[in-house]
Amino acid sequence: MNAYNFAYLDEQTKRMIRRAILKGLAIPGYQVPFASREMPMPYGWGTGGVQVTAATLTPDDTFKVIDQGADDTTNAVSIRKFFERTAGVATTEDTGKATIIQTRHRIPETPLTEGQILVYQVPIPEPLRFLEPSEVETRKMHSLEEYGLMHVKLYEDISKHGAIATSYAYPVKVEDRYVMDPSPIPKFDNPKLSNCPAIQLFGAGREQRIYALPPYTRVVSLDFEDHPFDPSKADHCCDLCGSGESYLDEVIVDDDGGRMFVCSDTDYCRARRAAGHMGAQGVPYEEGAA
Amino acid sequence: MYVAVKGGERAIDNAHAWLAEERRGDPTVPELSIAQIREQLALAVNRVMAEGSLYDPDLAALAIKQSRGDMIEAIFLIRAYRTTLPRLGHSEPVNTDAMTCDRRISATFKDAPGGQVLGPTFDYTHRLLDFKLAADGETPEPPVAEPRDEETPHISGFLGREGLIQDEIQSDETPRDLTREPLELPASRALRLQALSRGDEGFILGMAYSTQRGYGRNHPFVGELRIGTVAVEMDIPELGFAIEIGEMTLTECETVNQFTGSKTEPPQFTRGYGLVFGQSERKAISMALVDRALRWKELGEDDAGVPAQDEEFVLYHSDNIQATGFLEHIKLPHYVDFQSELELIRRLRKEAAAGRQAQEAAE
Repeated sequence: MNAYNFAYLDEQTKRMIRRAILKGLAIPGYQVPFASREMPMPYGWGTGGVQVTAATLTPDDTFKVIDQGADDTTNAVSIRKFFERTAGVATTEDTGKATIIQTRHRIPETPLTEGQILVYQVPIPEPLRFLEPSEVETRKMHSLEEYGLMHVKLYEDISKHGAIATSYAYPVKVEDRYVMDPSPIPKFDNPKLSNCPAIQLFGAGREQRIYALPPYTRVVSLDFEDHPFDPSKADHCCDLCGSGESYLDEVIVDDDGGRMFVCSDTDYCRARRAAGHMGAQGVPYEEGAA
Repeated sequence: MYVAVKGGERAIDNAHAWLAEERRGDPTVPELSIAQIREQLALAVNRVMAEGSLYDPDLAALAIKQSRGDMIEAIFLIRAYRTTLPRLGHSEPVNTDAMTCDRRISATFKDAPGGQVLGPTFDYTHRLLDFKLAADGETPEPPVAEPRDEETPHISGFLGREGLIQDEIQSDETPRDLTREPLELPASRALRLQALSRGDEGFILGMAYSTQRGYGRNHPFVGELRIGTVAVEMDIPELGFAIEIGEMTLTECETVNQFTGSKTEPPQFTRGYGLVFGQSERKAISMALVDRALRWKELGEDDAGVPAQDEEFVLYHSDNIQATGFLEHIKLPHYVDFQSELELIRRLRKEAAAGRQAQEAAE
């Protein structure tokens, strides 16, 4: 792979992306247009995140990739391999050891720290898109801070269902200015967006947008005084590590539809089991075992 | 007990190995060479070059071989490769007046300087399977004529001289580059034409067809369709003048569209324009129709509210690499999102059931 530049993209392209990132950091929550390139993986599979990672990665970085919270899902494996090949950087599954974490659909359970960068893969960066299909219109709405449509939608949810019927990609407001799509993370993760010590970067390749949250940015999930935001999750504990705090995946374990609940964050679950925690169906942790 | 699935890595490697085996097919059947694909599947090669936005028949042929004949996958390979190429400079605009035409037809004039030249076209073939081709593809020597030396003038030029066709705005401004800058709306016509030229053939065809069926009808005639080679010239700063660095095959289509005038424009003919790499005439004609439909504002026409007039709709959905990627990404795991939906539906159902019970008890 020596025929390719460090982290695949040429330096000119990286510079263009870094400028967009810096602009994004300067205007938290604002969607910065950038000249997204065709990457060797399909649009919709994390090309925005991959380009942001390529532009921020240095040879000294330690890189982690998660998809659905897990390090070993197929697309996470594929993206990790891509940067192992094209950048030769060290990789890890340990959230605490990573300097750059690329993620799809989750924020790690282990709190992030200063010096870390969390890169989100974003399919549709526009929080107003499903209320207004035209990009020309939604950009105008953002510039005029015209978010009434969103509040009407949330209100209609409450009047119809008694609750806001958005469970992931739950819209947030950044520093009292821009309404932002936090990417399709479960709303359980939304509180972690706010006042986070790490830099959070969002890349949408196909839609050619980058946006960002600098460290310690105030991020508020949209709600109403009488219907406050509720970051719900499955009412269970992890069956492997016993955690009652983590976001859980539901797994069907037999033909009769028997279920178990396990942490979606595989590194968090592994670390807890290594530390001796055990859930209802757990077995004592062994190094190297699944 | 459930064991978290590990082994995504091995599964991927094995899937790739299987894919390679399937690509090769039965090993007792001779393997396709790049030259065979380039020479004998030339129209496929042309489409990959056009929508891949990279004029290189050998690479396009390689991409077709590697993608097992999946055209969009081949276009994707070319696009991803294109990303890694440095931008050395740009050519002078190609001069299609000086095209060495293999094919040149006009549907608006029975004859014109340069003549009607059918060239290698399927148009008047009867679409009967040629079973002889299954056994033996050798062809007899075709008749040969003397090539014309003089340039073939554009048909629209003859209409222009009479002032019957709208004058295009001349500009020496360097158009923006769709592949280097994010698409922002409203887009200039140059930018729209770039997007259409690399857009999905099927999508552009569908859009063009919709205008013919009444969704933004614009009465097109094929004023001219020409296919042939043009010289590509580039200005070399050290030399101080442009030199020819190669040649390429292009398909160019100019439609002449009836136009009865609007509030701002007098009655005259107007144009749609299509220009595509290689011999890609379905694409070039489609492009011209869609281009014309998108010009409604500039010509002061009414907004009929049809898809082909909607610049944002057409430009945001014409790129098949964007479309296929986003479409196919729903194959990726979504269990986190789905889990949150499961919780929501369960809760709403529980609340609805509780509400019903309370109501029944009250009655």
